Amino acid sequence: MSTTEHSEHSEHSEYIDVETGKMGMWLFLFTELFLFGGLFIVYAVMRARYGEDFHHAALELNAFIGATNTVVLLVSSMTVAMSLTAIQKSQKNLAIGLIFVTLLLAIVFMINKYFEYGHKFELHLYPGSDVMRNLPHGEIMFFGLYFLMTGLHLFHVVVGGILLTIVMLRVKSGKINKEHFLLHENGALYWHLVDLIWIFLFPLLYLIT
Amino acid sequence: MEDHHDNHVTSYAQNFKVLLVLLLLTISTILVVKLDLGHFTVAMALFLASVKTTIVLTYFMHLKGEKLILRLMVGGVFLLFAIIVIITFIDYYFRII
Repeated sequence: MSTTEHSEHSEHSEYIDVETGKMGMWLFLFTELFLFGGLFIVYAVMRARYGEDFHHAALELNAFIGATNTVVLLVSSMTVAMSLTAIQKSQKNLAIGLIFVTLLLAIVFMINKYFEYGHKFELHLYPGSDVMRNLPHGEIMFFGLYFLMTGLHLFHVVVGGILLTIVMLRVKSGKINKEHFLLHENGALYWHLVDLIWIFLFPLLYLIT
Repeated sequence: MEDHHDNHVTSYAQNFKVLLVLLLLTISTILVVKLDLGHFTVAMALFLASVKTTIVLTYFMHLKGEKLILRLMVGGVFLLFAIIVIITFIDYYFRII
């Protein structure tokens, strides 16, 4: 209502309804919640059914890499939140720097994932391999869910990285500024969602054995 | 009438404090699992993850300063998800195959 912004720069009067734009982003995040939520329910039921197999399979995962990536994502969540503070305070260069740090942390996350997946492939633990086909049913289920859930999450990290790169470039060009930062806000919301999902993935897949 | 963004600019210090709390909760989660509380381990880990989620939603995602309608929407969606989980498990435990 009162937050409709008016851009004086364009010839056509351009209205950006910030509240609605943000609400749209949240609606999208709800669909993401149910996308992963559905998988969490599958995980929970399968764990209830194949407790023993899940226990053995989970021992195979590297909790240290999982914990490292948790810290990486938490810190990156803070830097992206700080970048929003910076843009609201008109500290443009600081905002760019903080988004850049967030992107670097996203790359660190992906490098960790590369080594983690690489190790699984060395052990021939990947969907469809002979080793995995001969595992007990519950273990196949665990590794299947592990690859599906972390893979889907990794895809979100990549998308979030692209989104934040666009945000960074727009901050640089001045399109995102103290007055107009809806895209920055929504990009940050998306990145926090990536962090939220990992908050659950880490204990469920890596920690609990 | 005027409801501009800058009403709720989160300070750098507050963002940093939130991170510290989240890191402490992560360490607690690892310790809880290491201690092995038997049947309570999973429940405790999930509880701590829920606390972390609430903190991220409230402070990093700025739900604290948002309009009531948005906060109700988010709360409603999590409630809906909880109901779906409960219904699924009722189905799982009481199904006669």
